[in-house]
Amino acid sequence: MRFKKDMDFVHLSKYFFIFSIVITVMGVIFLGFMGLNYSVDFKAGSNVDVSLSKNITQDQLQPALSGLGLSHEPNITIGDKRVNIRYDEELDNEQSAALKTAITKLDDKASFEVNTVDPEMAKELARNAIYSVLLSSLGIIVYVSIRFEWRFAVAAIVALLHDAFMVVAIFSIFRLEVDLTFIVAVLTIIGYSINDTIVIFDRIRENLRFGKQKSYEDLKALVNKSVSQTLMRSLYTAFTVFIAAFFLLILGGESIKMFSLAMVIGLLFGAYSSIFIASPLWLLLKKRQKVAVKNNPAKA
Amino acid sequence: MKRLLSFIITVLVLTGVMAFTTPGLLDRVRLGLDLKGGFEILYHAEPMETGGTLTRASLQKTAESLEKRANALGTSEPEVTTEGTDRIRLKIAGVTDEAEVRKKMKEPAVLTFRSAAEGDATGVYSKIELVGSDFVENAAEVQRNNLNQPEISITVKDKKKFAEITERLLGKELAIYLDDQLLGSPPTVRAVLTDGKASISGNYTIDEARALADTINLGALPLKLTEKYSQSVGATLGKQSLDQTIKAGLVGSLIILIFMMAMYRLPGVLASFALILHTWLLILVFVIADFTLTLPGIAAFILGIGMAVDANIITNERIREEMRSGKSILSSVKAGNKTSFRTVMDANVTTIIVAAVMFAFGTGAVKGFALILIVEIVLSIVTNLYFAHWLLTVLVKAGTLKKPKQFGVKESDIRAL
Repeated sequence: MRFKKDMDFVHLSKYFFIFSIVITVMGVIFLGFMGLNYSVDFKAGSNVDVSLSKNITQDQLQPALSGLGLSHEPNITIGDKRVNIRYDEELDNEQSAALKTAITKLDDKASFEVNTVDPEMAKELARNAIYSVLLSSLGIIVYVSIRFEWRFAVAAIVALLHDAFMVVAIFSIFRLEVDLTFIVAVLTIIGYSINDTIVIFDRIRENLRFGKQKSYEDLKALVNKSVSQTLMRSLYTAFTVFIAAFFLLILGGESIKMFSLAMVIGLLFGAYSSIFIASPLWLLLKKRQKVAVKNNPAKA
Repeated sequence: MKRLLSFIITVLVLTGVMAFTTPGLLDRVRLGLDLKGGFEILYHAEPMETGGTLTRASLQKTAESLEKRANALGTSEPEVTTEGTDRIRLKIAGVTDEAEVRKKMKEPAVLTFRSAAEGDATGVYSKIELVGSDFVENAAEVQRNNLNQPEISITVKDKKKFAEITERLLGKELAIYLDDQLLGSPPTVRAVLTDGKASISGNYTIDEARALADTINLGALPLKLTEKYSQSVGATLGKQSLDQTIKAGLVGSLIILIFMMAMYRLPGVLASFALILHTWLLILVFVIADFTLTLPGIAAFILGIGMAVDANIITNERIREEMRSGKSILSSVKAGNKTSFRTVMDANVTTIIVAAVMFAFGTGAVKGFALILIVEIVLSIVTNLYFAHWLLTVLVKAGTLKKPKQFGVKESDIRAL
């Protein structure tokens, strides 16, 4: 199975640029007005996950929870042999012990996961992650500028930030829950994105050595050729990584569901951006250089 | 023949070692609380009395006393680490009465100087003479006496009280306790001290003396701990997460391996072998370096596997490309290995840079993720570049791989050179 070599990725990318910009704008709007659907990790409160040996109903649960003396009603989600109880206020030691005792009476094989969070901690981790990403972008600029040239570095970083933001935007638009593992998922996507992009850039660099590209058309042909030469690899790799993340999503536990979902979405965007965003963007930057050389050859 | 033999021996030996050690290694991987159950608390520490200062040493000391207490409560392998300037993270697995442990942990360490009350058996001191707050803050210091032995000088706030105690206990022992634990051998009161200053000497080594001085300073200025964050995972729930994650990982890996073999034939089998070796080495590093496997770790693990597969795909695609351009198998493999090596290196180094920055500036989950990613990429370079390339070259040179078909390349796709 091989693709025809004459597919015009650069031309196609115009539509994909528009697509990405639309999602970005939508993402900015949603983030601005609705923000993200933060889990208890980012909000003060307590989250109790209970794994049960049998199913229990809301009616059975309600009286058990009423004796805790909390001012707000908890938000209860009942699943298959599983209950999630969410409080807007923090349970103290006695309350969480009382809650466990009450539920253990309903099912003596119940297993609990209680998270109590000072939202500052989660926010701090998120802030810290954002700083780390921005700082590592500097690292990428330095390394890629030395090994390749600065235009590749800029294009790679745009692609990387694009992928990270796409996932954040999708999570905001579809009101998917953002917890602490989401941060790790975004970091993973960034790692994948940069790896994927560099491989295609490496091919562009290699092809640049072989011939002299005089016009924009030559460069465009070169980018198209490089992308199609690495296309099978891009697809296969995207497929294998996607498989790993996909099975984590359908077979992995409840606690990493959102994490796996973020990974699956991010990996697709990562593969997409390397082909349709990063390489054409490099061409766009390179084109400006060509124009500058034409206008002012003495300076070149 | 010799080449083929070295190939067969290498593969057999490695397979044997992996098959033999893997079950043992897996049991020894230290699991995070999210995977095995237990609870984690992040404390914010501040001086008990307002206006007091929080020093690095006092934070360290508090963390150590937390660990001692957790051990005393019979928990398995408590992990206590200090973070930043005013935080202590505590992880305990396998606790039955969580509320009780949490309550115990929060109480400040109590330092007491005690004497033997009437009726006490030898070695038991039950009368409390001085408590932590009787000492001047941060006044305990290690000095050397005339005989060049280390001793600890202390200063007591209430001179009169101290004079009374030393007079009453002259020639008797004054034992030092932290919580209910006796520290070292009890020193003997040798003189009546009226200026509130004393020095404690015993057969201390310099380290013991320092530790004791730190303890007294800590006792004089205990830290107040408040819970900033807590996470508790039931053992069943943790086990369930782990089982599900492992199952998902196995199914995913299996499909990836089948894909590699179906797509790249014999070279795909070699790549699969390199991938398995890669995973085994990673588990080995986890055990040797005593890393804790948590969910973020698993994320890094998956990304690393993805990148390792990518390295193999890049190599094999490149080799196919060289073959289609009409080159011989040996020169295709050589050229493919060489160019793909550079490509993969650039991609991996860039990712390592990203991970290194995350490791240097990140905290908690971000740091753990970055560390595992770095380790994995380094391992991947060894196994999926050097080792996989070597395996392939050996087979080609030995003449086992001589048809393009074995690489999954159709004869009709090959152009004349």
